[in-house]
Amino acid sequence: MNCFPDEVMEHIFDYVTSQRDRNAMSLVCKNWHRLERCNRKSVFIGNCYSISPERVIERFPELKSLALKGKPHFAYFNLFPPGWGGFVYPWIEALAKNKVDLEELRLKRMVVTDECLELLSRSFMNFKCLVLVACEGFTTVGLAAIAANCRFLNELDLQEKEVDDPKGQWLSCFPDSSSLVSLNFACLQGEINLGALESLVARSPNLKSLRLNHTVPLSALQRILRQAPQLVDLGIGSFIHVPNSETYTKLKNTIIKCKSITSLSGFFEVAPHCLSAIYPICMNLTALDLSYARIQSRALIKLLRHCGKLQRLWIMDCIGDTGLGVVASTCKDLQELRVFRSAFIDRNDPLGVSEKGLVEISMGCPKLHSLIYFCQRMTNAALITVARNCPNFMCFRLWIFDPVKPDPDTMQPLDEGFGAIVQSCRQLRQLSLSGQLTDRVFLYIGVYAEQLEMLSIACAGESDKAMLYVLNGCKKLRKLKIRNSPFGDTALLMDIEKYETMRSLWMSSCNVTIGACKALAEKMPRLNVEIFNENEKVDCSVDDGKKVKKLYVYRTLAGRRKDAPEHVWSL
Amino acid sequence: MEVGLKKKENMGFEETELRLGLPGNAVSAATEEVVRKRGFSETDTDDETAAVDLMLNLSSKEPTTGADPTDKHNNLRKEKTLLPADPAKPPAKAQVVGWPPVRSFRKNMLAVQKSVGEESEKNRSPNPSFVKVSMDGAPYLRKVDLKMYKSYRELSDSLGNMFSSFTIGNCESQGMKDFMNESKLMDLLNSSDYVPTYEDKDGDWMLVGDVPWEMFVESCKRLRIMKGKEAIGLGLAPRAMAKSKNRS
Repeated sequence: MNCFPDEVMEHIFDYVTSQRDRNAMSLVCKNWHRLERCNRKSVFIGNCYSISPERVIERFPELKSLALKGKPHFAYFNLFPPGWGGFVYPWIEALAKNKVDLEELRLKRMVVTDECLELLSRSFMNFKCLVLVACEGFTTVGLAAIAANCRFLNELDLQEKEVDDPKGQWLSCFPDSSSLVSLNFACLQGEINLGALESLVARSPNLKSLRLNHTVPLSALQRILRQAPQLVDLGIGSFIHVPNSETYTKLKNTIIKCKSITSLSGFFEVAPHCLSAIYPICMNLTALDLSYARIQSRALIKLLRHCGKLQRLWIMDCIGDTGLGVVASTCKDLQELRVFRSAFIDRNDPLGVSEKGLVEISMGCPKLHSLIYFCQRMTNAALITVARNCPNFMCFRLWIFDPVKPDPDTMQPLDEGFGAIVQSCRQLRQLSLSGQLTDRVFLYIGVYAEQLEMLSIACAGESDKAMLYVLNGCKKLRKLKIRNSPFGDTALLMDIEKYETMRSLWMSSCNVTIGACKALAEKMPRLNVEIFNENEKVDCSVDDGKKVKKLYVYRTLAGRRKDAPEHVWSL
Repeated sequence: MEVGLKKKENMGFEETELRLGLPGNAVSAATEEVVRKRGFSETDTDDETAAVDLMLNLSSKEPTTGADPTDKHNNLRKEKTLLPADPAKPPAKAQVVGWPPVRSFRKNMLAVQKSVGEESEKNRSPNPSFVKVSMDGAPYLRKVDLKMYKSYRELSDSLGNMFSSFTIGNCESQGMKDFMNESKLMDLLNSSDYVPTYEDKDGDWMLVGDVPWEMFVESCKRLRIMKGKEAIGLGLAPRAMAKSKNRS
């Protein structure tokens, strides 16, 4: 089959970077499999328990860049018991032991201890890039080790890390000549040493992306920007200052010189009167993240009117439908929109966005392909209009505050609306539904959503048929997440081989029994079936007919894992 | 827009539903696929096609047509009675834990913000205590509301920011940092030219920092940031230097 020598094939393979394409290539024939695996530098493992580190290292001897995910997405909402798992230490240990020339490590929802970071920093001489998203278990002690020992570090990116300690000395540990291109510590809660930060920025001429945490005041920001006008991506910490103060004026003058900034985020504290300082750079922005900025709609609108080139906007629902209307008329290139709930702490706050805002966006922004939308109400008519206006959706995730709310105009379920979405958007890969939904919407999904890979369901459906429509119809389904829905053993066990074609299945507060889970685990040795119930210790003598609170099923070649805590029952 | 209907054999929906619904049936993959498409073809009858197409073309009229699914989809209703449907109602809102799905990280960040915001709102006192602040050599004065601050440090932070452009010589960046750092306040009196003083209720000029903060707010009528040389003239500086020696 091969007309070309290996070197030529490898050269061609180098152009193929997408993981999926690479995986497909490796299945063509044995020769390609061999060539591909010896040539592959970057591997992505969607579930760290699906395979053992040793196997990965053995298969890909040229491994340089590894991406791992631990807990599944539902872990964000405290549905997973603490200590469930996702430990990265065995991976780092294996990589170090086998002398892999690791350059990049990207982890999501994993447990990363200071010990891991220290081992990492000492084991890989060419280590360049560390990205930790929603990981837990480490402190600034581990960060200091990374800063001090990774001489060629060019990217350190921390996102959504919850726990922190206030020691801020890690910033001083970076070497004198820093090759940093990207530094993101926006999520850290503790104070940092401002002097060390400014000094680091001053000696990092390649710095393109810098995201500060909320303790960095506006005065420090001004000094930093003066040192680094070449920044492309900036995350502002605190944006409060006494109006008309000298520092504020200096900041305004400094910002004007930062013509390269195309992405802005942060604003953890913001005084609306300070926003005018960034108006001059708004017209260059392609990405804007105000999702932690508590700003009233009027100030937001004033700001957004300057942002004509915006492609990605993350914002809180205090923008209101009117504000979304302004976005629709200003940001014609908008591709990704996320509207987050701002007042969830105060349930009495009636403000937010509704279907009107979404419809306006769909009319003004036809390029929209990715949506997260928390709203107080939604109608079938609106969804149908949106489906017609924006047929390019790849990711459509919509949550209504009341998860079973019907269409308030017609009091009908939202089946037809979501049905229109899946029918019109043939490229849809990710879908999250909410509102009152019957089995019918799942019929539509099974029939139309041919590219669907991720489906998230809550309080929807009336019978097992709904789940079966999806399992039968969505051939490319990879992740199915179901909570509080009336699906039971019949649905679970109808097509058990399907689960080996998927990454994982999550079911919580459904009608699945222990007996069915046991049956599933017995019949499918290459699936790990885990059930858990808060922090209660597993009681194996419990009756098979008892309903399972939380079920997590995932395919694996690594067998049952040995690091599961007491309250996780691996069947 | 093409609806993508594939016209296969016209089989009744009920029949396909039976295959999907009964537990334990060994349904082969191929049949399942045909079954799916047959289920699809249920909507392929003339009425249904119209309904499906209509969904995309209508705008505000839609709610009325959408409101009649039961009429157009009799088959669905029929098959509902054939199968042992689970009549579980969707849980009431109160029972759904963790809804809407907000990441715990986001909740924590916003909770922190809220408490900070509430604090600063409380700081906006009903009886503001504005006092004039002058600095020797500055072209104009400022006013501050002393009740906005909780400590000397906050006040000196704010004053430092206000007057940073006016300071010459010693009080540029490093000097200002010292000015803002409470622990170095006394060192400043030795190293730089500026001395913070205030006029109290009795009309006396006092050195800032001697009395507890609350007492200071009550008694301060105006602030003056004096040049060191003048302070010596007033007899303040030697006292300050003596004090700083005691404290350090």
